[in-house]
Amino acid sequence: MQIFSCPFCGPRPEYEFHFGGDLGNHRPEGADVSPEVWAQYLHFRNNPKGIAQEIWLHMTCGEIFAMQRDTVSMAAEPGQPLIPEETRP
Amino acid sequence: MTRHYSALSLLKEGFNNQQGWVKAWENPRPKPRYDIVIIGGGGHGLATAYYLAKTHGITNVAVIEKGWLGGGNTGRNTTVVRSNYFFPESVRLYDLALKLYEGLSRELNYNIMLSQRGMISLAHTPAEMEMSARVVNAMQINGTDAELFGPEDVRRVLPIYNFGPKARYPALGGVWQGRSGTARHDAVAWGYARAASRLGVDIIQQCEVQDFIIEGGRCRGVVTSHGTIRADRVGMAVAGHSSQMSAKAGFRLPIVSYALQACVSEPVKPVLDTIVLSPGAGTYASQSDKGEMVVGGGLDRIPSYGQRGNLPVLETVVSGLVEMFPSFRQLKLMRHWAGIVDVVPDSSPIIGESPLPGLFLNCGWGTGGFKSIPAGGTLLAHLLATGTHHDISRPFDLDRFARGRLIDEAAGSGIAH
Amino acid sequence: MTARRLPQGGEIDRQRPLTFTFDGRKIAGFRGDTLASALLAAGETVLGRSFKYRRPRGLFGAGVEEPNIYADVVAGDALRPNLRVTTEPARDGLVLRASNTAPSALSDRTGMVDLFARFIPSAFYYKTFMWPNWHLFEPKIREMAGLGRVASDQTGPVGDQINHFCDVVVVGAGPVGIAAARMLAQNGQSVLLVDDGSRIGGSLLHRQATMDGLDGAAWLAQAEADLATLGVRVLTRTTAFGIYDHGLIALNQRAEAGGPETLWRVRPKRIVLAAGAIDRPLPFAQNDLPGILSAQAALVYLRRYAVLPGARIVIATNNSTGAEVAQAMAAAGAAVTLVDRRPQASAPDGVTCHAGRSVRRALGRTRLAGVELDDGTRLECDCLLVSGGFTASIHLFAQAKGKLQWDDRRLTFVPGSEVEGLTVVGAAAGQFVLAEALSALPGALGCGTPAPQVESLPYDITSAWPEPGQKGRVWIDYQHDVTAKDVELAARENLISVEHLKRYTTLGMATDQGKTSNLNGLALMGQLTGRAIPEVGTTTYRPPFTPVPYVSLAGPRGGSRMNPLRRLALEAQHRGAGAALGEYGGWLRPIHYGKDASAIETEARMARAAVGLFDASPLGKIEVIGPDAAEFLDFIYYNTVSTLKPMACRYGFILSESGVVFDDGVLVRLDQDRFIVSCSSSHVAGVHALLEEWRQDRFPTRRIFIHNATAETATITVTGPLARETIAAAGIAADLSPGSFPHMTTRWHGTGDAALRLTRVSFTGDLSYEISVRQDLAPELWARLGAAAAQFGGGPVGIEAIMILRAEKGFIVIGKDSDGMSRPMDLGVSGPLKSKKVEFIGKRSLLTEEAQRPDRNQLVGLTPTDGLGLLPVGGHGIDTSGAAPRSIGYVTSSYQGIGVDHPVALGLIERGASRHGEEITIQHLGQRRRARICAPCFFDPKGDRLNA
Repeated sequence: MQIFSCPFCGPRPEYEFHFGGDLGNHRPEGADVSPEVWAQYLHFRNNPKGIAQEIWLHMTCGEIFAMQRDTVSMAAEPGQPLIPEETRP
Repeated sequence: MTRHYSALSLLKEGFNNQQGWVKAWENPRPKPRYDIVIIGGGGHGLATAYYLAKTHGITNVAVIEKGWLGGGNTGRNTTVVRSNYFFPESVRLYDLALKLYEGLSRELNYNIMLSQRGMISLAHTPAEMEMSARVVNAMQINGTDAELFGPEDVRRVLPIYNFGPKARYPALGGVWQGRSGTARHDAVAWGYARAASRLGVDIIQQCEVQDFIIEGGRCRGVVTSHGTIRADRVGMAVAGHSSQMSAKAGFRLPIVSYALQACVSEPVKPVLDTIVLSPGAGTYASQSDKGEMVVGGGLDRIPSYGQRGNLPVLETVVSGLVEMFPSFRQLKLMRHWAGIVDVVPDSSPIIGESPLPGLFLNCGWGTGGFKSIPAGGTLLAHLLATGTHHDISRPFDLDRFARGRLIDEAAGSGIAH
Repeated sequence: MTARRLPQGGEIDRQRPLTFTFDGRKIAGFRGDTLASALLAAGETVLGRSFKYRRPRGLFGAGVEEPNIYADVVAGDALRPNLRVTTEPARDGLVLRASNTAPSALSDRTGMVDLFARFIPSAFYYKTFMWPNWHLFEPKIREMAGLGRVASDQTGPVGDQINHFCDVVVVGAGPVGIAAARMLAQNGQSVLLVDDGSRIGGSLLHRQATMDGLDGAAWLAQAEADLATLGVRVLTRTTAFGIYDHGLIALNQRAEAGGPETLWRVRPKRIVLAAGAIDRPLPFAQNDLPGILSAQAALVYLRRYAVLPGARIVIATNNSTGAEVAQAMAAAGAAVTLVDRRPQASAPDGVTCHAGRSVRRALGRTRLAGVELDDGTRLECDCLLVSGGFTASIHLFAQAKGKLQWDDRRLTFVPGSEVEGLTVVGAAAGQFVLAEALSALPGALGCGTPAPQVESLPYDITSAWPEPGQKGRVWIDYQHDVTAKDVELAARENLISVEHLKRYTTLGMATDQGKTSNLNGLALMGQLTGRAIPEVGTTTYRPPFTPVPYVSLAGPRGGSRMNPLRRLALEAQHRGAGAALGEYGGWLRPIHYGKDASAIETEARMARAAVGLFDASPLGKIEVIGPDAAEFLDFIYYNTVSTLKPMACRYGFILSESGVVFDDGVLVRLDQDRFIVSCSSSHVAGVHALLEEWRQDRFPTRRIFIHNATAETATITVTGPLARETIAAAGIAADLSPGSFPHMTTRWHGTGDAALRLTRVSFTGDLSYEISVRQDLAPELWARLGAAAAQFGGGPVGIEAIMILRAEKGFIVIGKDSDGMSRPMDLGVSGPLKSKKVEFIGKRSLLTEEAQRPDRNQLVGLTPTDGLGLLPVGGHGIDTSGAAPRSIGYVTSSYQGIGVDHPVALGLIERGASRHGEEITIQHLGQRRRARICAPCFFDPKGDRLNA
């Protein structure tokens, strides 16, 4: 049982969380986005072996956050808010 | 010198103190150049080498494996072979594998212990039965064997199932494929390795591919821990590490690597004669010929290259198992482990030329790698030999993601894969 | 072996004798015996048969390392296979049979297999059984394999699970573990000390030691008292079996007297591994004969259970512990000879010594009669004790991804790297000399407290690995019957990596997981291939350290507590009305009311003719509130929603980014900044997660607020031509006239917490209102509506009736009438794709080649034209024009019409939308049907009933 730390709730067991993909996978906008670019966004992934920057959802509270993890050692840094609270509009 | 395997050869060598058995494969030093290099010495890589030599007559081939052959997912899986899939493209693919498995022991002169004991994918609610009917019909129309089981049929093949009134997962029936079964995973790897080696293929173990040789926008070979090896075409079959390998070639894949766990119980006398899958309970199980319950379930939900599991999935899988088979409460878990599998958004493999010309992919098999070994090998061999797709592999090309033409087995059948 | 119980000594309670049965023979023992010690004391020698060659076997060990003897409980109501006799307490009345023997260990019928051993070496089954195929041979092989038998008409023990937190877990309560626990506790740490033995003490229970001036037993008693005073929690009969990510250590606590097997999940700040070491066997010909015991095991039997294993004992060893064992056996009255491979060895008084010698062969046919040494000397004996040296138990360290290094002086693998949070001490760290282990303790633990003072003998060992070409049958893995020749065969065939060796020979794959065999096997492979032991390396150490009962891992999950279904606030009312309940989308809901499924049709007719009441509470009600809510929902939904007026509703789709319809439902606008997303009941969590994901990732989070009000709100649907009358008769005096309350609008009724929200929306195709109320107020409302409905000939309807009504109206159920590939255009909704200007989830995906393909499966209605009744759900439309039949889609819903008098069906058929009127063939389980494609709406296509 792994423990991840939600920026809102703190350390919680792994089954409360859902993996949300790569951090920084920005959505290309508009109808003229090429099929390749759209497919890269939709399906292609970094899948790093080692340090990964990921997005996670804490299902219990609904918080989406960024977490740095090591996909080999399983070490997980505390989750960070996606946009720092101070700079949110 | 005993090269051929048979009861007679066992008899002969029994009198000869086992002295005459020859090496199953050689330990050649890598040459600087081959016609074709295959990265990955697991089931798929070894099968590819075999079919290149056998079917296409191309023997100037090297399989490069960073560890010991057959030591990855092939050496640690739950050994189910089946073709109970929904889409015609998938049925063609997995049934090709199943048909090849059916003749493989004799072809390789290596007993892979194929035991076609059938598989039931259980339906626990009327909605699941409707989905089962949809799948059974799809399978029959697409030319493979399937039956829609009702409760009495389940009782017949799984007499020890929990049919009690308080069962969490009542068995209403489900999808039955009689030709499904199990095979000995090590035998598949070693059988292909031995056969390929005998046909002249070089299997280079303990040799890691560190980079690709890219010249004029084409892949011209690999750089390894034992030096540079050039080739006209390079194939890759490195399940779990496909993204790592593709990154060296400069492209990404629609793959996330996850741990897939499995476990075995201590061995007991025969009590489970078929393979059972319950999507509801999140568990599937069979009994090995040695007597162990071989049990698995769904993926760990955390992307991982760790090759080991954690308790949450294990607890889910085991509790599902004893809920279905209350008498298994008498058993103990002997060992558990995990491999790394390529998870693709549509749960279908990726076969075809990569964005780097000259480099060919065979990856993305997810939880379906073992059952597909003979097909993966046949199809990658075809690609490497001819530079073009076999009919059966075309739909699984990487370009299906840009085209949006996913072959989404989970979506079509409603059954977890 | 002529073992006997000594008149004094041991931990057994001689006041409490007991008897159990083994292979039909009555065995007398005492409370405190293990099955093994009682069997040994009773003079039993042959207690099992080996797995492959069916050779007679006796006990080898005294603990978890035991490879040979397992027994099944074969009578009573707690049948069990595969009990390890060395760790199972003796209990009065147990009826046991040796596992995998027929009919018993002494007279196994298949014993002649051993005569053919030369023809069935390792991996022989890969070299034959190919003609005709494996199926012919498999049943017989399966029957011969396996250990015990599952009692398939019984269930098994119960399991429980505990989570625990503390500062330190100390694994192993031998002298080093106990000293460590005491030191850490004195240092203010909260400590959990675990040991798999029936009591703590470890090697102090069978080896001599003087610690802090006290003998072992006295020191132990003092230490136990100290641990209690310091508040150290001690668990015995508890095995630490696995270390997992993020510092979790898993323990299995064995059941006591009818209690559960318990899984402990412990997350300490630190783990101290003091798991000890296991003595290896020695390799010589016929080293598996009954009568050969591990020397350390013999000490355990002698000291703890007062069993002297033989009268004339030979001790064969390569290390200094042999002398200690010799002295103990001699003092207990046996005639002892020590055969010590070390040339400088000496023996205690009264013990004959053959220094610089080793055993070449054990003599005897079915049990030990003597030994032959390497110089040809023959010694008669009735018991041979072997000690090949300690193998440090580093399993948990390796599981925690610690790297091992080879200790060439002590001839064992020891920890060779640092693992954060894990400290290895004592014999597990290769410190086989107690004095050394204890003096290293303060440093290892980082504690100031001094360690106990002890004097002990040095540990001296010389290598005694199996040699290539050794004569005779030399066993490496007892349980899987793997000999040195098998290892040589593996090398000959080039399966030389330690992983190939293991899988080829099955060495180390039995229930003892190679505890007494791995090192000997890989040492031999090293010699055969010119590699040093560390070059060969070890296989991966996998949990569990010893087998863990399934029930521990399953815990209390089971029956209704497994993936529990969600329950309705009105469940009691439904049960009271005689509802049959079933699982739908994770909820337990009324299928129909009354025992008979014929009620479904009755309820459906009643709802069409008069009025029906339906508990729609699982329906999603997710509130989206804020100044940017409208803009947000325009992005979420496929349809345009920002144009919705306050107190109006609109049906729409939510897509995934792949353009697939993820959910459908009705969006309700309460006012400018307040909406309710009314998504389908089985998708609420998914829709909520989707909403939050986009809100946080793309929108100003302070301007949108989301609240999932599903569980706190009950919803009752009143449907049918007499719906208005029913609501009025229930005392809800709202203005329901069509002018003031048109279709697809919503109204509040009443104020405060008890307010009702009535929404005029229909899933049935009839005039219909959904009444939402706080869930604790639902029973009262349901009762009022029920009484009112009854006046008009109506009543409650279950989900199956509703499913028929909505199907004949063509209202789809996502996931049933759509699949994981359905885009909104496939379901007949193309407007937004053409006209909606703003960005929305999945928009780009709808423009792909695939989404625009003209031959996609599209939602249609289907009616049978062959007069053979309902179309089968799951039946596929087929195109028979080609060489082989091809699926063109399938039937997704099918019922006997209620508002129409013919069978109705929905399906997804290739190019269906442009094929209305065409007849197609449908195949189901080999049978063919004929059906006509039509518009997916059979009942009231103009919507007169809906808009009444």
